[in-house]
Amino acid sequence: MTIFIPTPLRGYTGGKEAVDVQASTVSEALDQLTTNFADLRKHLFTPEGKVRAFVNLYLNDEDVRYLPAKEASEVKPTDTLSIIPSIAGGR
Amino acid sequence: MSTVSLTPAVYAEIRTHGEDTYPHECCGALIGAQSTEGWAIHASVRAGNTRTDSAHNRYQISPIELLKIERKARAKGLSIAGFYHSHPDHPAQWSQTDFEEAHWLGCVYIITAVEHGHAAATNSFFLAGTSEDEKHFEPQQIVIG
Repeated sequence: MTIFIPTPLRGYTGGKEAVDVQASTVSEALDQLTTNFADLRKHLFTPEGKVRAFVNLYLNDEDVRYLPAKEASEVKPTDTLSIIPSIAGGR
Repeated sequence: MSTVSLTPAVYAEIRTHGEDTYPHECCGALIGAQSTEGWAIHASVRAGNTRTDSAHNRYQISPIELLKIERKARAKGLSIAGFYHSHPDHPAQWSQTDFEEAHWLGCVYIITAVEHGHAAATNSFFLAGTSEDEKHFEPQQIVIG
């Protein structure tokens, strides 16, 4: 499957905006991504190993948080996983 | 001080957006390309403010909308370079909320003050640092051209 890397994290993937991994679940895909690019791990996960609250993961067009199996959701080679940091604020 | 380059059309559009949504905050994405001289913004994309509970002083862009914006940018060979929003009747200066909610390191955050419905100052801030612990906003010079 292909993982799309957001602008702020491309410095940790050698400038790549997309990374192909072989995985059977979302979790495996993230494991492979952070194995290949170890510096990404602290940006995506808390020290306890949970995905950071401001990191949104989309399997194709679905928010992984709301999938029944969440990060254990199965993936196909043609699927895409997008990493989208949240954006918010106000005066 | 770093610089961010905006076309005249983008500069006008993000200020107009702030006037259009007054007294609520507007928000949107900045699409561009990065060079050694910094970000050059080619286009802006209006986004909906999902903070309808407190739109006069908060904004949030839904991640699915961001995802669609990013796909369109990528198809054009461009990237999300940052974001813009307005501060209705409040200075064009980042707030503690802006800082706490800023996670796009290396990207541009542009704020326009809208006073009584009219766009006033527009300022840009670069989210510098390499981690959440080190992040900080640096003022940027806006170059229009």
